[in-house]
Amino acid sequence: MQALYAQLLVGLINGSFYALLSLGLAVIFGMLNIINFAHGALFMMGAFASWMLLNYVGIGYFPALILAPLLVGIFGIILEKTIISRLYKLDHLYGLLLTFGLSLVIEGLFRNSYGSSGMPYRIPDILQGATNLGFMYMPNYRGWVVLAAMVVCVSTWAIIEKTSLGATLRAATENAPLVQAFGVNVPRLITLTYGGGVALAAFAGVLAAPIYSVNPNMGSNFINTVFAVVVIGGMGSIMGSILTGFGLGVVEGLTKVFYPQASATVVFVVMVIVLLTRPRGLFGRAA
Amino acid sequence: MADVKMADRATAAAAAGPVLAVENLEAWYGESHILHGINFNVNAGEVVTLLGRNGAGKTTTLKSVMGIIGKRTGSIRFGDQDITRASSDRIARMGVAFCPEERGIFASLDVRENLLLPPIVRSGGLSLDQIFELFPNLKERLNSQGTKLSGGEQQMLAIARILRTGARFLMLDEPTEGLAPVIIQQIGHTIARLKSEGFTILLVEQNFRFASTVADRFYIVEHGKIIDGFANSELQANMDKLHTYLGV
Repeated sequence: MQALYAQLLVGLINGSFYALLSLGLAVIFGMLNIINFAHGALFMMGAFASWMLLNYVGIGYFPALILAPLLVGIFGIILEKTIISRLYKLDHLYGLLLTFGLSLVIEGLFRNSYGSSGMPYRIPDILQGATNLGFMYMPNYRGWVVLAAMVVCVSTWAIIEKTSLGATLRAATENAPLVQAFGVNVPRLITLTYGGGVALAAFAGVLAAPIYSVNPNMGSNFINTVFAVVVIGGMGSIMGSILTGFGLGVVEGLTKVFYPQASATVVFVVMVIVLLTRPRGLFGRAA
Repeated sequence: MADVKMADRATAAAAAGPVLAVENLEAWYGESHILHGINFNVNAGEVVTLLGRNGAGKTTTLKSVMGIIGKRTGSIRFGDQDITRASSDRIARMGVAFCPEERGIFASLDVRENLLLPPIVRSGGLSLDQIFELFPNLKERLNSQGTKLSGGEQQMLAIARILRTGARFLMLDEPTEGLAPVIIQQIGHTIARLKSEGFTILLVEQNFRFASTVADRFYIVEHGKIIDGFANSELQANMDKLHTYLGV
């Protein structure tokens, strides 16, 4: 039983990262029509930004949780303005190739400066230790990651589904020229959306820094699974990305208990089944 | 006080020249050359209709004025400003409102969100109460998904949402398309009411019978050019020509 709970928790942790990352990918794809392959590299940049803030400037974990997404988000905005925005009139494939190339360059630059062995990031004091839940000991930091990820995911969902800014975003996803003809500066909205999606990835990166070592490959380890999550959830739905992210994390965790050999592939097996039976994804909207 | 004076001056300026003056407008969709030199103007308080067959270039003309068509040349003046090269959001902010063909109701937004989507560009737009007085159906369906409305309700929503913005110049692209006669009548009343309240309206229509009940002047569009134009009072005298142009 202990092993089951422990793996469920690991599943929820992984699910937290899947959810944050696939949420950003879904938002970006909706507005920019670009499959942002650089997402993993930007996640890694979030982790590195928190490490640099701590080691070069002395800024600790909690301020970094705000600052790192902000800094990486601004980097994303610069990327969108200078490079990505040139591709909007072309096929999806070009955006995928460009962002894939960008991720290789970004990871290469970090590997060049910091090597690939990874650097530790200490769990902040207040989140050290573990709590006895009665049926298991839960490391405090892991509980915090799940909680923080859920809060950010639900807030993002609420902004998109319940506010007027979100309504404008959804409308622009459907018919950008018309929304612009109503007087909305759509190009700026697109830039900010990219920045927001990137900031979500960077936020996940900061959360991940104390769990995994901070290293240039930490994003690419995640990103393949995250793309499977996006395919399974369906591109169209915000809540769908969140639920699928957490759900698949848990499925992966359970597989580790009952059939460990399959834990690395179970997400992709689910993807194949979903593609065969519901090609639009579990939560995908009708076109 | 200063505001009132400025508003007076703006009205005076509008009375001096046309609200919209289009000269020698050419436009392209990608490689295909759609408009070959469109010339027309719309004066303050008028309802002007562009008539013409399918594919003549009426919708493209509206979209060019709105700044949605990427490649356009010639001159488009709105009031005293040149908007030929302006982006569509800037044109909208100057007070041009657009109700597209097929209505453009957003499926992922409910009726309320659709109604509140276009930003207010200046004061003087209709309040929500005034809009519900004009279109009582919408009030009852505020929480429905936008595209779950009937065609007529969607058309009303599409007109209603641009009346909130404060824009005084409206471009309506085939507002009667595919609607039942009783709804068409209601839209006719709405347009007449808007005209009486001082709105200026540029209308694109295939439904000539409907257009003749609301328009002050007509222009005939054919092969991307304006080939003729006359006032509503000259309608009877031009009936034969009109039949030839429109093939009705």
